[in-house]
Amino acid sequence: MSHDHDLNGAEILLKALTEQGVEVVFGYPGGAVLPIYDEIFKQNRLRHILVRHEQAAVHAAEGYARSTGKVGCVLVTSGPGSTNAVTGLLDAMLDSTPMVCLTGQVPTSLIGNDAFQEADTTGITRPCTKHNYLVKDVNDLARVVHEAFYVAKTGRPGPVVIDLPKDVMTAKGKYVGIGKVRHKSYIPKVKGDLERIEEAASLMASAKKPILYFGGGVINSGNAAIDLASKLVKLTGFPFTQTLMGLGSVPASNPQFLGMVGMHGTYEANLAMHGCDVMVCIGARFDDRVTGKTSAFSPHSKKIHIDIDPSSINKNIMVDVPIVGDVGHVLEDMIRVWKAKQLHVDEKALKSWWRTIDGWRSKDCLRYANSKKLIKPQYAIERLYELTKDRDPIIATEVGQHQMWAAQFAKFDVARHWLTSGGLGTMGFGLPAAMGAQVAFPDKLVVNIAGESSIQMNIQEMATLAQERLAVKIFILNNQYLGMVRQWQELLHGGRYAESHMDVHPDFVKLAEAYGAKGRRVDKPAELDAAIMEMIETPGAFILDVRTDASENVFPMIPAGAAHNEMLMGPEDEAENPSSEDGMVLV
Amino acid sequence: MTGKHHPHKHRHTIAVLVDNEPGVLARVIGLFSGRGYNIESLTVAEVAARENLSRITIVTSGTAQIVEQIKAQLSRLVPVHKVVDLTKDGPAVERELALVKVVGIGEKRVESLRIADIFRARTVDATNESFVFEIVGRSDKIDAFINLMEPLGLVDVSRTGVVAIARGTQPL
Repeated sequence: MSHDHDLNGAEILLKALTEQGVEVVFGYPGGAVLPIYDEIFKQNRLRHILVRHEQAAVHAAEGYARSTGKVGCVLVTSGPGSTNAVTGLLDAMLDSTPMVCLTGQVPTSLIGNDAFQEADTTGITRPCTKHNYLVKDVNDLARVVHEAFYVAKTGRPGPVVIDLPKDVMTAKGKYVGIGKVRHKSYIPKVKGDLERIEEAASLMASAKKPILYFGGGVINSGNAAIDLASKLVKLTGFPFTQTLMGLGSVPASNPQFLGMVGMHGTYEANLAMHGCDVMVCIGARFDDRVTGKTSAFSPHSKKIHIDIDPSSINKNIMVDVPIVGDVGHVLEDMIRVWKAKQLHVDEKALKSWWRTIDGWRSKDCLRYANSKKLIKPQYAIERLYELTKDRDPIIATEVGQHQMWAAQFAKFDVARHWLTSGGLGTMGFGLPAAMGAQVAFPDKLVVNIAGESSIQMNIQEMATLAQERLAVKIFILNNQYLGMVRQWQELLHGGRYAESHMDVHPDFVKLAEAYGAKGRRVDKPAELDAAIMEMIETPGAFILDVRTDASENVFPMIPAGAAHNEMLMGPEDEAENPSSEDGMVLV
Repeated sequence: MTGKHHPHKHRHTIAVLVDNEPGVLARVIGLFSGRGYNIESLTVAEVAARENLSRITIVTSGTAQIVEQIKAQLSRLVPVHKVVDLTKDGPAVERELALVKVVGIGEKRVESLRIADIFRARTVDATNESFVFEIVGRSDKIDAFINLMEPLGLVDVSRTGVVAIARGTQPL
């Protein structure tokens, strides 16, 4: 006979996860979480994906969360299990990814005793989570789990850690359902202040040189916000740009799209940001990769900033019309106000602004000199995009030059099809993130665009792909260099390539085979298309090792410490524009 | 920074109402150290046992923009119920308590007692060669008292840090 009191901690945990709608958990077992694994063993509602390293579990949950819009879920053991998860947690924090990470902990009686595999997990993860909990009483467990999911997915989303001492998992206690949990202090503000919204709408109607600047917050807000963003673009006819995290929030094929903004953004997007008179920042945070030198950032514009996180407002850039609220709610109100007040854009001024922008566009800033002998990395991405776009792929990346080329040359017409580590810039993110997305969408084409160095930071997940039969395609731009490091050394450190070249790399084709996958190497531009088709059409995981021209740099580039109108456009600009002393110390 | 903000640093006293739970103080302190904000003084104690609330009073300094950031960052912490800038939002009473140990004999000892009397400090411990004074007041008053005690045999000071409350009828 079952009574609520009869549940042990692990049973309560599983029941709470089920009630929260969790279908998949990415994890790795260990001593402290054995009671939880025992419960997982006894059921089949919750699918457990056994990763090969805890960092990968977190990135996989990020990939799952970012591609689905659901909360990612992770389960790791105490001590090294939780410390290995830390990089992923901070990655999720900086990119506002909703996640609940369950960490094992030594029994409460041993906490503080330097017990085997003990770590002060709540202490260590405090600055890299949105919130964290240590559950010391089994009767708090269900409430904490429900609260954790609520905190993770509402407001500005983020990772939440629940630290679970082993004795709490075996103790008997009471279950509490979702409906009974209400938070006392955490109540995010979703509706924007209407007066501010009206002010913003009037400002937009009066603009002569406007720009819309969309960030990852649009996607995080949900489908309503994504639809409304496109509506706003259509309603106003304004040019728009997107941050790295915002790619796909409005379709890239929209003719009003100027390309990505920021350090490796397009000429037209950056100059439009610099020269605009009204900037509408929607769900973005004026990150330093976007602004360049803040004192010279868009000097003549009135700035409207919509963000659900009040601490993002006036943090890096002072704005004129701050609107704290959820992008979806605010855009809905904004469009309603626009229509109700019968506001119109200044057509004449806008036409002239578009003429200026078209002038910038004609510079064709992403142009590169292609080669018949060497595969240019830009060409590789272009071909990958062209040959896969009909399949609407999900594209993940690692971090570095390949990531920027992917952002520039792959076009995203759909939100949540672009998985990249923006804020933290975590090498090793891509493969597990792609894996997480493939778990969510087993029939979809999921490609991880990687560098030969990044891919090795979580290469062990090839085994997880094999075990779970996940057909992730790994597209390595192999230039034998830590390319972005090499680029900065070339531009800033006199071409002294300290430790950015790796003489030894594995044979990636054999490596693929060692993990039960298939692989191919390609180094001739003429063979690239066939190689890409082989990668796509071969069932199962595949590594395509694309040997690229090692000397290519990512352009355009706003050098560190420079302003949007001080872009380097290509190799010919490098010699003329030595970077400033101030820029040297920036990252 | 776009140069629109005021570059002058100001001292602000901020009251923060939080859930009285483990780690909440660490969150607040970690936020200040992690983001490079100043803490001039910080006090914390439970103020409403039934609702399980503690009140943290922080004295910090920064430009107007930084102080706004500090308040926004504090408000973002999940166990934080309320953040009030007592300096900005109207007049507030600020008090600090200090225990001050002075060791000496003869004229210096007499002088220390005389000054304690002027400052309305209480003698809470005495031996033949020492006093412990308890003084309550604004921080600058306590600073002045300690400065005067310095040449008279000051050997030890313990201060509570500032507690503050808004003047008038309104609660936090």
